[in-house]
Amino acid sequence: MNKRGWIFLIPAAVFTLLAAGFYAGLGIDPSVLPSPLIDRPAPRFTLAPLPGEASGFSSADLSGHVSLVNAFASWCVPCRAEHRVLNALAHTKRVPIYGIDYKDKADVALAWIAELGNPYTRIGADDGRVGIDWGVYGVPETFIVDKDGRIRYKHVGPLTQADVERTILPLVTRLER
Amino acid sequence: MTKGCHCEVPAGRRSNLDRLSTIGAGLLHFARNDTLGVAVGFAMFLLTVSPAHAVRPDEMLSDPGLEARARVVGSELRCLVCRNQSIDDSDADLAHDLRVLVRERIKGGDSDDQVVAYVRSRYGDFVLLRPPFEMGTLLLWGGPLLILLLGGVALARFYRRGETTAPPLSAEERRRLAAVLGGEGIER
Repeated sequence: MNKRGWIFLIPAAVFTLLAAGFYAGLGIDPSVLPSPLIDRPAPRFTLAPLPGEASGFSSADLSGHVSLVNAFASWCVPCRAEHRVLNALAHTKRVPIYGIDYKDKADVALAWIAELGNPYTRIGADDGRVGIDWGVYGVPETFIVDKDGRIRYKHVGPLTQADVERTILPLVTRLER
Repeated sequence: MTKGCHCEVPAGRRSNLDRLSTIGAGLLHFARNDTLGVAVGFAMFLLTVSPAHAVRPDEMLSDPGLEARARVVGSELRCLVCRNQSIDDSDADLAHDLRVLVRERIKGGDSDDQVVAYVRSRYGDFVLLRPPFEMGTLLLWGGPLLILLLGGVALARFYRRGETTAPPLSAEERRRLAAVLGGEGIER
């Protein structure tokens, strides 16, 4: 009987493993899904400008330099919170920010930009199809595209100042090398 | 919408009356000419009233064969907004866009697998309601079998241990036993 004493440790070990697994799971944000597009070339697309703007946004804009691509919409409340962060980032002129205005009404989007400021180098109006090509399943979503036009990072949800300082800017610096 | 930090298009939920009127219009369209039309219309009606479907009549393909394929594909794809509904079952705007996309690609000559691959290349494995069988999902698919196997082995060992017989009584033990039983003796 003594030889089999260890068998009573099995439930305890299983419990410890499960508890550790569940504890680790607590830190996972279920709204964030991994994108299969990471390290893949950005999709090819051409988006029309918002009315009154000179140029839209197309995949050709993304080659030759590191860029940030931000999917947003005027109907999206978290985008409003994020906008301040984008404005601050645009002010540093560190990296160009391109906007995909996702399933939006053009006049409302223009009023939104007029009210909150325009951090975008270029904005393209998307009826949803280009968003699908980027794997967008909600807004805001932000991508970092490298010099060769490859998607290297995806952020789901609004960017915070901390995200920009801890993740976005270091990655931009690394990709520019 | 999860955690209030990432949002989807406000999907104006359609009222049941609205839905019924589009169904009615579809019925009329089909029933205009002949009895076959009535039959098809009724079949379509039964198809549309099944509570789970969010597929709108204006999305449907006119070719019933292609539409049936679109339904099969649609039932395999997860709506990433609602997460536990297929795009056919979801009222979310993204699901609508994907349904239209699926139908476009089917009409354009894609096979069912090609359409699924197209969506999967953009949204990843999570978009598949039925996870693929590959190295990364080996534990997921093989897990139940593994547990069954382990249980079987444990059970087999448990019963085999029960079979082990005690060594036969020695002559001395038999003699003592006979004494206790008062001369009745024992068999064998």
